[in-house]
Amino acid sequence: MLYREALNLAYHEAMTADESVVTLGEDVGFYGGSYRVTEKLYEQFGAHRVIDTPISEQSIVGNAVGMAIGGLRPVAEIMTANFALLAFDQIINHMAKLPYMSNGKVQLPIVVRFPQGVSKQLAAQHSESYEQMLAAVPGLIVLTASTPQAAYHGLKKAIELDDPVIFIEHELLYNKKGEVDTQARFDPFKAQIVKPGNNITLVSYLKMVDDVMTAVPEIEQQLGVSCEVIDLNSLNPIDTDTLKTSLSKTGRLVMVEEDHKTGGYGAQIVSWASEHCFYELDAPPLRIAGLDTPIPYNRTLELASIPTPDSIAQQIIQWGKQNGL
Amino acid sequence: MKVLWREMLRIRRFEEMVASQYAEQEMRCPVHLSVGQEAIAVGVCSQLEPEDLVYSNHRAHAHYLAKGGDMTALIAEFYGLENGCVGGWGGSMHLMDLKAGFAGSTPIVGGTVPIATGAAWAQKLKQSSACTVSFLGDGCFEEGGVAESLNFAALHQLPILYVLENNLYSVYTPLEKRQPPRELYKVAEAMGLKSLKGFGNDLEEVLPLVEQALKWIRSGEGPVFLELSTYRWPEHCGPNDDDHLGYRPEGELQRWQARCPIQLAQVNLGIDEIERSQIEAEVKQEIEKCWQQALEGGIPKAENMETNVYA
Ligand SMILES: Cc1ncc(C[n+]2csc(CCOP(=O)(O)OP(=O)(O)O)c2C)c(N)n1
Ligand SMILES: [Mg+2]
Repeated sequence: MLYREALNLAYHEAMTADESVVTLGEDVGFYGGSYRVTEKLYEQFGAHRVIDTPISEQSIVGNAVGMAIGGLRPVAEIMTANFALLAFDQIINHMAKLPYMSNGKVQLPIVVRFPQGVSKQLAAQHSESYEQMLAAVPGLIVLTASTPQAAYHGLKKAIELDDPVIFIEHELLYNKKGEVDTQARFDPFKAQIVKPGNNITLVSYLKMVDDVMTAVPEIEQQLGVSCEVIDLNSLNPIDTDTLKTSLSKTGRLVMVEEDHKTGGYGAQIVSWASEHCFYELDAPPLRIAGLDTPIPYNRTLELASIPTPDSIAQQIIQWGKQNGL
Repeated sequence: MKVLWREMLRIRRFEEMVASQYAEQEMRCPVHLSVGQEAIAVGVCSQLEPEDLVYSNHRAHAHYLAKGGDMTALIAEFYGLENGCVGGWGGSMHLMDLKAGFAGSTPIVGGTVPIATGAAWAQKLKQSSACTVSFLGDGCFEEGGVAESLNFAALHQLPILYVLENNLYSVYTPLEKRQPPRELYKVAEAMGLKSLKGFGNDLEEVLPLVEQALKWIRSGEGPVFLELSTYRWPEHCGPNDDDHLGYRPEGELQRWQARCPIQLAQVNLGIDEIERSQIEAEVKQEIEKCWQQALEGGIPKAENMETNVYA
């Protein structure tokens, strides 16, 4: 099943099981979504539950908040992360805080989904990643999905939760194929050990998990080590148990992310590790991230601005050699 | 008038060239073609002075060219080359040619509308005789920032012309699924702007409307809101046709194609086929020459990656 089909299946099941689940966004209805994630929902559930909105991101999320207060469980789709910026007021000032500010009088079972990241030459205003900002907001749960399996189970769980969830996808993952076991006991709050190993813990999420996996054979061969690859999946809360167990075994941490390095999400992981796993670590952690520049348009430079399998392998090999591997 | 007809043809042939070259995959940027909407860009920009400013959106090629933006630099930008209008850092959706008064386009829907409004404030403060034009789409009209800008411009009588190109769609969703039945320009009127409306495919109808609007603006009676109806022929984004997707009623595209701005003006101006083919040849030659020149540019340098992040 494709990643986007897995999301679609989660929608179908959730909307069939619970009539209060509605979805809204630009082009989500009749057309079935920019990335076809909401395909056929309009036909099956009708225009009152699958809502084509005006081009008004701030209102999409604001309306979702009101719908949730009114007893619905809205899933809002924003076309891409950069457009979600127009809704950050509603997301951060309202959606994240109303349950707290109301002294618990309201619950907001809302999912706001959007893709992010570098796709192919969409340039500075269509390519960025904002998990670091959103994971820093108390009151929001931030989930990601790097596989169809995680997409299906993650979205289903997100819709069931009574807290607002930011559900982040990646532009380049929608056509990724993978098995979806709907009966599996998949916990989206648990980090996944994508590949077990003994000497280096490689932590990542979203599309970078694939790039890390592509880089691993070269790293293992050049350094003569075995790598453990962890897909965080949930960015807030963080499954620190899985991280701690892995670091106790390997003693080495590499964090790979696509967002800008300064203030990037990985800083949180490395900071946590230095606070809580200091004595387990045998080497300074390595962070591999995007440059601190907007994403350039030119394809060569675009690729030079974010980690690639090649640059990931090279940086880790160099770091490994400098640190006794 | 014939010069304006020629300009529309030039833009049409340019966009067709973009579409035909797109298939080669060298040029990767999402292109939002203006085919079918040329009379608006030309009708508006031809009446501006070089120092007047134009702000645009994702569908910017026609605005850029009509305002006198450099064609070679535009093509080079599509290819991400150093000689591009923004050095290869932006692509089709991020255009700028300050020399020509094309102040910029960005693809965050609604993004340039408040910016254009601020630019008009600066013009007013400096007692400049120049004004600003802000192009926006019917979808853009739904963004909150647009309402905020109209309010601000009306409050301070800013020298700005908002040109709403109503092509009835935002990507795949038709206007009637996004807005109640109403006249868009009446909304602006209710907000305190002088507002006009016309058929945007007829150059002869567009020109006097723009003339009136600019007269008001230049005599300090602005701002003005001008709604022009039109229709996009190609797919929302990309070089192809997407009519087969069925989001537009059957025959609608054909009805609009029958009201092609270039064809209409050709008939009205009495341009015969001999004259037309002569102009076609000149236009073709210019585009091909620019294309060739554009491709001589180099790739922007990786060592400059951080150059303009800060001043
Ligand atoms: C803030 C924001 N939301 C959504 C989009 C996606 N998008 C790009 S163009 C477009 C259509 C806008 O329609 P309109 O303003 O009518 O312009 P047209 O494409 O018809 O020329 C949309 C929704 C975007 N680029 N920015
Ligand atoms: Mg439109």
